[in-house]
Amino acid sequence: MNINLTLFGQMVTFAIFVWFCMKFVWPVIIGAMEERQQKIADGLDAADRAMRDLEAAKNEATDQMKEAKQEAAGIVDQANKRANQIVDEAKQQAVAEGDRLKVAAEAEIEQEINRAKEELRSKVAGLALAGAEKILEASIDDKANRALVDKLATQL
Amino acid sequence: MSGENPASTTEYIQHHLQNLVYGKLPAGFERHTENGLEVLGADTWTMAHGASEAAAMGFMAVHVDSMAWSIGLGVLFCWLFRRAAVRATTGVPSGMLNFIEMIVEFIDGSVKDSFHGRNKMVAPLALTIFVWIFLMNLMDLLPVDLVPKLMGLAGVGYQKIVPSTDPNITMGMALGVFILMIYYNIKIKGTGFIKELTMHPFNHWAFIPINLFMELVGLLAKPFSLGLRLFGNMYAGEMIFILIAMMFAAGAGTGLVFGGLNAQLFGAETNGAFWLVIFVLVCGVCWMNLKGKISTGRTVLLTLGLLTIGGGVFALGGGLMQWGWAIFHILVITLQAFIFMVLTIVYLSMAHEEDH
Repeated sequence: MNINLTLFGQMVTFAIFVWFCMKFVWPVIIGAMEERQQKIADGLDAADRAMRDLEAAKNEATDQMKEAKQEAAGIVDQANKRANQIVDEAKQQAVAEGDRLKVAAEAEIEQEINRAKEELRSKVAGLALAGAEKILEASIDDKANRALVDKLATQL
Repeated sequence: MSGENPASTTEYIQHHLQNLVYGKLPAGFERHTENGLEVLGADTWTMAHGASEAAAMGFMAVHVDSMAWSIGLGVLFCWLFRRAAVRATTGVPSGMLNFIEMIVEFIDGSVKDSFHGRNKMVAPLALTIFVWIFLMNLMDLLPVDLVPKLMGLAGVGYQKIVPSTDPNITMGMALGVFILMIYYNIKIKGTGFIKELTMHPFNHWAFIPINLFMELVGLLAKPFSLGLRLFGNMYAGEMIFILIAMMFAAGAGTGLVFGGLNAQLFGAETNGAFWLVIFVLVCGVCWMNLKGKISTGRTVLLTLGLLTIGGGVFALGGGLMQWGWAIFHILVITLQAFIFMVLTIVYLSMAHEEDH
């Protein structure tokens, strides 16, 4: 172990290298690294934010979809209801119409019957008179008997 | 490399532990040169040839190898990190930049954990300490003989490539930290620093000498513990690498054909070249196996054969131990760099805190 001038040589060299490192190496590398760290942190932040935004958008989309579905279901319900209503109304109308027609038909039939009765009555009076004329073979005062026969006819 | 007999073993170790020294030889020193003995007339600045000359230089000397490797690795650190700093963007980092930023972040975390003052210097200081010491320690993982041998071939006698096994280097850094500690103690606390030294732990004027003694010892122990811990760990690690390398060499001596063939072909001194050939052959065999040219069974047989020729199973054992210790050492070098850094942060943090 011999200590000599190398000791001081090394001390000076040491100082120079430390100075160089302090001046030209360390700040540059550390600066670049810190800047990059910042950049990465920002990037991660942005990614996080984007993720959150995406999540929110997804939720919103789901909500909207749900709403739309509900709305659609409502519309369909309403439509169904309306359709049923229309069918019911149509049914009622049809029934009413049928009733009306039936009543009209019955009235007509009644009328028809009455007319036929009337006709028959008038015909019967004539026939009875003709028959009586034939039976009596005598001329009967038409005017005097007519009133009689008409009275008979109304009693038919 | 030549670990066959005790004398050369000692020589080998000593050679490995000798720095390449440039310093001042005092007047009147007797120098062994090629022209015989030469007595220096005046103080001479020169490269030391051998340990005795280095010892004679005393304090007025510089470990050229330690300084060169230390500065070189420091420059490598600065270059790497400066390049990363220039390329640093706020965009997506990639490759090298990622790695650098990982280290910076780690250091930043450590500093934030233990340093609560406001000082722009501590974090870069910690970064420099950690990476620089780690790089210096990392040199320990290069094969112990590789660089000294290559430098030897290039004509440089001594080469210690791990600066942190040099107490000058570790103590130099520790003293640098110590100066910062004193500076910030005085800057932040002012007279409070003196009070801290004299009125703790016994808050009475009669105890001032005792307090001063205790606190000064505590204060001075910090740089020493810092510097010597790193030095001791790295020195011991290096030593074990050297010892295993010697075992490796001794094992290689038992190779079947080694003794005769190597001596015949290269002479005793150049067995490194012989090993290089064996190493290349083994690598070639493994490569062929990887490429699927030869079967695994044959690969094992060929490798064993080559090892038997080259250095026997002991050499393989030595290699495995070297490898195992290197893996374990990865932990040690990182841990030591980390400890040096953390303690620096803690000491500076203490210098910044008013309450003791």
